[in-house]
Amino acid sequence: MAETRSSPAHPRGFFQTFRKDAWWSYPLFTVIVLGAFGVYSLWAAYTGIAGAEAFHYLDHGRDYLSPFYSPCITDACAEGPLAGTITGVTVVTPALFVMWMPLGLRATCYYYRKAYYRAFFASPVACSVDEPRKKYSGEAAFPFVLQNLHRYFLYLALLFPPFLLYDAWLAFQVNGSFAVTAVALVMLANALLLTGFTFGCHALRHWVGGRLNCFSCSNVAKGRYGLWRGVTWFNKHHGKWAWVSLVWVGLTDAYIRAVIHFGPSIDPILFGGA
Amino acid sequence: MKRTLTIFRGTKENGRYEDYEVEQQEGMVVLDAIHRIQAEQATDLACRWNCKAGKCGSCSAEINGKAKLTCMTRMDTLPDGPIRVGPVKTFPLQKDLVTDVSWNYRVKKRITPFTPKTYTPEEAKKGEFNMKQEDIDRVQEFRKCIECFLCQNVCHVLRDFPENKEVFDGPRYMIRLAELEMHPKDDADRIPYVKETSGVGHCNITRCCTEVCPENIVITDNGIIPLKERMSDRYYDPLRMIWRKLTGKS
Repeated sequence: MAETRSSPAHPRGFFQTFRKDAWWSYPLFTVIVLGAFGVYSLWAAYTGIAGAEAFHYLDHGRDYLSPFYSPCITDACAEGPLAGTITGVTVVTPALFVMWMPLGLRATCYYYRKAYYRAFFASPVACSVDEPRKKYSGEAAFPFVLQNLHRYFLYLALLFPPFLLYDAWLAFQVNGSFAVTAVALVMLANALLLTGFTFGCHALRHWVGGRLNCFSCSNVAKGRYGLWRGVTWFNKHHGKWAWVSLVWVGLTDAYIRAVIHFGPSIDPILFGGA
Repeated sequence: MKRTLTIFRGTKENGRYEDYEVEQQEGMVVLDAIHRIQAEQATDLACRWNCKAGKCGSCSAEINGKAKLTCMTRMDTLPDGPIRVGPVKTFPLQKDLVTDVSWNYRVKKRITPFTPKTYTPEEAKKGEFNMKQEDIDRVQEFRKCIECFLCQNVCHVLRDFPENKEVFDGPRYMIRLAELEMHPKDDADRIPYVKETSGVGHCNITRCCTEVCPENIVITDNGIIPLKERMSDRYYDPLRMIWRKLTGKS
């Protein structure tokens, strides 16, 4: 006989629970932070239609590129290792060509899935809290079965940390001399945080060694075990890397835009410089 | 200090929460309070328990709406006010705090058990496998499971959708499958089972199972996600599928 859902021992209905703690705080935090990031990143991408002046600061001897546009691959950018790779595109923002890759990594990330399934899909909104649907097939059916392609976003996203580190290196040069500026430190932190987030990816953990059953059976396997342990170190705090790197990329973009708007007075040189 | 326990009494057809007062003593756990009530106020109160040390996994219940072992939940860690104690939700209620968890044992039976590889000549001489610690660490984490089924209880795929018991084995059996699949001396291929019968795709990684595990097994990150990745290798990665076709290697 099929089991019934109703039981006099448990409350039934959307958001019903006997929990007494603040179970709503995590989904609320997620809605606010992920929602704000989504809106901000769309706006940040949209502003690029106006040209590189909106996202690339090349004044007073400084070179700051917004992380949403790195690497800049269209001819909207005057400088950069890949500038001008795509030409003649003026009606769309240059961010369109790069942003979808790291965003795709985050959108299919095993950590973010927990966050947005809880906060935006209420499946479930919190553990032991009733949910608002009659059937559930999770990631076994379309569209969520496509989450299994997460590894392809990883492969693409692995290209980004070197570019962000290169951008940070350029930011440490003012008028051609080494200098430590506030924006350069923020950009370096952004590159390192994104690297930490990417290197803790579950798909990477599987790729480098997780798929093996024997770590000691060959020298190659032993090497992969070392890599697996390294990725596991990052992976243990993948959620924290995810949140901090998400907020930081937005702050980095905002700071660069503020310097574009207000000038270098809000970007002190802390050390060096010509 | 007096504490009120609001305990479910009854069956799935007819039941309600009833209040009982007990004197809270230092170090008292919820199971102690239930035993006191059984002894002094409600001798017909049904609850399942055995070791009272967090190792047998018998006394699972929902305390203030959260799945816990009653023997490991100290009264002084719970917020002031009445303490609500109910049965776990995912399994059919029998009476009061007791549920029928036999579905779990039926699931376990259908999983291909450990299937040893052939001994190497060196191993054959000793009559036992040689294994390095680094090869067995992952498996040993999963062996800590005490089968309290708290993870099965909080998994929303099973908890809120009883019909999914036909298509999803639940987190406890995901780590059983991971334990066998990652074993360096196991020879069986359970990946088709993982996809088709265990229904790992139903899991949406909300990590309630990991949060509730009294043995602190990282069920989702160390068990379920690696299984999903192995399933992706076999069934969802087009490049890997082409590679397999061309080379015959996995």
